[in-house]
Amino acid sequence: MSETRDRSRRVVITGLGVIAPNANGVAAFDTALRNGVSGIRKIDDLEEYEFGCQVAGAPQGVEELVEATFAEDERLVMNEGQRFASLAALEAWTDAGFERPELGDDRVHWETGAVIGTGIGGMDVIAERIIPGVDAKKVRRLGSACVEQVMASGVSARISGQLALGNQVTTNSSACSTGSEAIALGAERIRAGLAERMLCGGAEAANRYIWAGFDAMRVLSRKFNDDPTRASRPLSASAGGFVPGSGAGVVVLESLEVAEARGARIHAELLGAGINCGGHRAGGSMTAPNPDGVRRCIQLALVDAGIDPGEVDAINGHLTATGADPREVESWSAALGRGPGDLPPLTATKSMVGHALGAAGGLEAVASVLMVRDGYLHPCLNCEDIHPEIEPFADSIPHETREMDLRVLIKASFGFGDVNACLVFQNFDRA
Amino acid sequence: MEQSEVMKSVVKILTPWAKNPDALAGVSMETNILDDLKVNSARLVDVVIAFEDEFDIEIADEDVDTVNTVGNAVNLIMSKLD
Repeated sequence: MSETRDRSRRVVITGLGVIAPNANGVAAFDTALRNGVSGIRKIDDLEEYEFGCQVAGAPQGVEELVEATFAEDERLVMNEGQRFASLAALEAWTDAGFERPELGDDRVHWETGAVIGTGIGGMDVIAERIIPGVDAKKVRRLGSACVEQVMASGVSARISGQLALGNQVTTNSSACSTGSEAIALGAERIRAGLAERMLCGGAEAANRYIWAGFDAMRVLSRKFNDDPTRASRPLSASAGGFVPGSGAGVVVLESLEVAEARGARIHAELLGAGINCGGHRAGGSMTAPNPDGVRRCIQLALVDAGIDPGEVDAINGHLTATGADPREVESWSAALGRGPGDLPPLTATKSMVGHALGAAGGLEAVASVLMVRDGYLHPCLNCEDIHPEIEPFADSIPHETREMDLRVLIKASFGFGDVNACLVFQNFDRA
Repeated sequence: MEQSEVMKSVVKILTPWAKNPDALAGVSMETNILDDLKVNSARLVDVVIAFEDEFDIEIADEDVDTVNTVGNAVNLIMSKLD
């Protein structure tokens, strides 16, 4: 099937980069996923400010990496989301075989662009600098770098400057589907012949101002504040809300034709993608998905990939550890037409890193590519007590890492606003 | 405060923003902040705030417009210290 497809329209992944709560860098992330290492920790800040949820996924040791990687003038003007995104993008770029531009080199990569999304963006700078500064009538002392840190596109703009990207550079934002949507959008551009290569993914900072609104909605985990690594419990009967996460995941997408011409190492193929919205109807709302929208999105991705539902070998779900998990499993089953006993193995990266909001799709796409490339499915932590409504599908849920002959893995992200994005990855050697 | 002391502080404040290490190494009163040191013009705002904090002075916006060289900055600061 693949051989008959136009090579300039086939999109492959040639670079990966990640800053995650359980590991920084792709090699360490791969090891953490395989070993089921949780990155969820007690966060002192959340305790001090009396949040209901006092645990979160926040990358560790990032400042040392930033110091070793970026010049002081750059460090002085990057907020946390941009720090995460810049590190992940640079790793993905060098992983794809490209060199970091030297200072004074005026060449531009006109055929390479970026779609790097964020869900909330520069809330840290708004809350910690702009509001206190303006309220104290000290606008003049805000300095030069507020705008570039709070403009929604700041995160992609930063990366274009670091890597001299000259194609479309933009930031998408579709709440928790942002990172997956970014990858779908980048692939569309390559398939349309408008770019050879796109850096795509998402980033989100670890910050109490970002997480406060979710805590107020009572959608965050509250019962495991003293047992952080057990707090993120997708598919579990005792799941009581999601654990906020943060970080960045970036992939380099490239047309197969261009990747092969330059002899690039190919991690996997992005076989297809789907994006839609449930229209806030039929049970869908600002905060809940229309199940029909979810199913259609999954089916759109399968049609785009040109595969049958029976060809799906594994699922990396959205699965946040809220009451929506059973509905999501039903939707996967309905969309694929595969019931209990036949549903492909289903896991949730969020069980290890929490819900990284706008970064979630990026982080989980990197995890998905690693799994489909190397033939394993990481464990879904903390669901030893499977939710009763999911019990019929219990055999599909891995509690330990499963080595598998994976060819096709499907990943979806669903977000506030009733928006959906779904990605179909294929092992390139088994294409 | 001696001119050499002010000069030293000015250079220290400019250092993180200077993209031309050679010009920074040979910095003098005649060195142009934007053209020679290759400081991004937007960052002059941050440089001026740092001058104000370092020397406990206020620098008016119209004064900022007169600063092209390191010497201009040093002399402006010296005049505010008098």
